[in-house]
Amino acid sequence: MSKDNNSLSYVATAAVSGGLFGLGLYVSQMVDPLKVLRFLDVGAIPSGGWDPSLAFVIVPAILVAFIGNRFAKGLKAPLFNGHFHLPDLKDIDAPLVLGAALFGIGWGMSGICPGPAIALIAFVPHNLLVFLVAMFAGSFAGNHVLKWMTRRPAIA
Amino acid sequence: MEFFSPVPATIGGVLIGLSAAILWIGNGRIAGISGIFGRILPPTGPVRWRLAFLVSMVAMAGLGALAFPGLGVGGPGAPAPQLIGDPLWLAAAGLLTGLGTRIGNGCTSGHGVCGLARLSLRSAVAVAVFFSVAMITVAVTGVV
Repeated sequence: MSKDNNSLSYVATAAVSGGLFGLGLYVSQMVDPLKVLRFLDVGAIPSGGWDPSLAFVIVPAILVAFIGNRFAKGLKAPLFNGHFHLPDLKDIDAPLVLGAALFGIGWGMSGICPGPAIALIAFVPHNLLVFLVAMFAGSFAGNHVLKWMTRRPAIA
Repeated sequence: MEFFSPVPATIGGVLIGLSAAILWIGNGRIAGISGIFGRILPPTGPVRWRLAFLVSMVAMAGLGALAFPGLGVGGPGAPAPQLIGDPLWLAAAGLLTGLGTRIGNGCTSGHGVCGLARLSLRSAVAVAVFFSVAMITVAVTGVV
């Protein structure tokens, strides 16, 4: 069996995985930015206007992914590739915290994180293209910011 | 809690978890959407599987709405999803989302689902930061 990044089974597995992800985003309604914002709006808890649905999406997602991970520990390699692509980053560093904070601001402004941003293409909502172009530009720019940040010696 | 929908939320969450499990067991890849689209841009990694993932994700979101209409927004007979804010607001939000997820190397899926499932401390820190900052942003901007 071919184990390269372009084998049919490899690309097909990615398509199946992406399909389940997109279906999950629609069924859970995480494609609705307003629903996500109603979760993030914890100030509405006392008035009863809070929507805890997002927690009911992410917790089962983590549990199922956790079981998948446990299963994978019994494998020497993934089924269709030579090795597991673990991120080689380990440290809690400035780029991690700064990046998460910047993303948090963007997410709180819009209720749109990257998965829904792309899945929303299916529903062509008004102004989506503006968000997507900006998100791609930000990601592209982020490569250079990251290079600049990690080239500097640590202050402490 | 008039908008709370625990059953579809849980089913959708299980589907997303299955997606992550399949990509990890099959291909040894993390189902992190910011990483997947970010590496389609230069400097690129392998592109074909990433494109297959993203195209299928869009297609199945749309087909899901056709097959299971009326869960909320999207699809026939349902209102279209509404993006909140004017174009300038959305451009700023999109820019921060792209920039932040690239610098922090992950988003709600990569850190939130896959990272926590791997019990990664880095991801736990990222998740704590972006959830709390997003909640503060909502409180401050009052977009809801």
